[in-house]
Amino acid sequence: MKKRKVNIAVTGLNAIDSPGPGVPVIRALRESTLFDTRIIGLSYEALEPGIYMHDLIDKSYQIPLPAAGADSLMNRLRYIHQKEKIDVIIPNFDAELFHFIRLADTLKRELNIHTFLPDIEQFEARHKVNLEAYGAQHGLKVPQSRIITRYSEIASLSEEFTYPLMVKGKFYEAYMAYTPEQVQTWFNKLSAKWGLPVIVQEFVSGQELNVTAIGDGHGNMVGAVPMRKQYVTDKGKAWSGISIDDPVLLSMAANLFRSSAWRGPLELEIVRTDDDYFLIEINPRFPAWVYLAVGCGQNHPEALVQMALGEEVKPYERYDIGKLFIRYSFDMIVGLEEFMKISTQGEL
Amino acid sequence: MKLKKNIALSDTGFVFDPSTGDSFTVNPIGLEIIKHLKDGMSKDAILGLLAEQYETDAVNVEKDYADFTNMLHKLKLTEAHEKAQG
Repeated sequence: MKKRKVNIAVTGLNAIDSPGPGVPVIRALRESTLFDTRIIGLSYEALEPGIYMHDLIDKSYQIPLPAAGADSLMNRLRYIHQKEKIDVIIPNFDAELFHFIRLADTLKRELNIHTFLPDIEQFEARHKVNLEAYGAQHGLKVPQSRIITRYSEIASLSEEFTYPLMVKGKFYEAYMAYTPEQVQTWFNKLSAKWGLPVIVQEFVSGQELNVTAIGDGHGNMVGAVPMRKQYVTDKGKAWSGISIDDPVLLSMAANLFRSSAWRGPLELEIVRTDDDYFLIEINPRFPAWVYLAVGCGQNHPEALVQMALGEEVKPYERYDIGKLFIRYSFDMIVGLEEFMKISTQGEL
Repeated sequence: MKLKKNIALSDTGFVFDPSTGDSFTVNPIGLEIIKHLKDGMSKDAILGLLAEQYETDAVNVEKDYADFTNMLHKLKLTEAHEKAQG
């Protein structure tokens, strides 16, 4: 079968110890059996490694940080589209999704660029800040949570919670706190980095499991692969993991898609105790370990592109159990002229 | 005692529990016991085989067998945990 040519722009090209999903998403797209892809990398900083991976990314452009606003992003995308004729954009950062969701209609109408994203209501409803209510609405158990916006609220936490507890940033990062003083430290760090509010969550001890999944927006789960973290970094990120056979996890994910009609990719973070499952977080995008799904026989990024282009996708029915991903870091040698070009001209 | 149905076992003694992602290694005698359990052999039959094969008395075999199967239970490799995990 002849592959169709598609120009796909992808964000999330960073690869620090909390890596972005962009590079694994691109690897998945490069392995597509349906699409002959030209990949346009969208980066925020000149040191995002994906920019220099020329075997994966054909051309990279800097885009403005989310703080610059949606109009600024739209103007930049107009410029990039003039040169690249983008068919599909896959944003991969929590912090940028709000703008991309808001711009989705304009992108389609004005530039014929397709996206496949949840709507604003879906996106906001699953936010960490609202997770407890969201869990109750969709029949998922969520640890007790509280939103704090002021330093003075920390003292009263011991009335509601037993230490240790988790302190979480609005978008990223979570730390365990054993004392009110530690909550204060993490509150300062997280609010300075990600803004307010900060979320305090009951600590649930158990096995950390994740599911990467994708929904068609009509209540159907197109694919899902559950993974158990094997090696966890000091930031709590999986550095290796293994696909597992857990029908409860799959049915939790399927129920969530059915009741929320979630459109696009998501990652469920779940803790399994001896006799129960607790939803800890829903990330509204592909996780950085999404390439494991490809390794297990489900190419979720390819399915996303199909759905973004308006095609029907038959849900995946199986995946390989017992496949591992083992992450590693890799030093690229880059000429100064390339670094200069992306730094000064914003494209490479 | 019955093992979870989906436990994967290699000839080299690598045990993988696909429902939890846990993996273990066992020595040749452990491997043999797990194979017999997977085949649905009864406790008495396994004890008889081991006593004959390793030329030891029944009391020792039974004690070691109990230690080993208790460990399998603690590691959540038994059917009781299969039901708990749905």
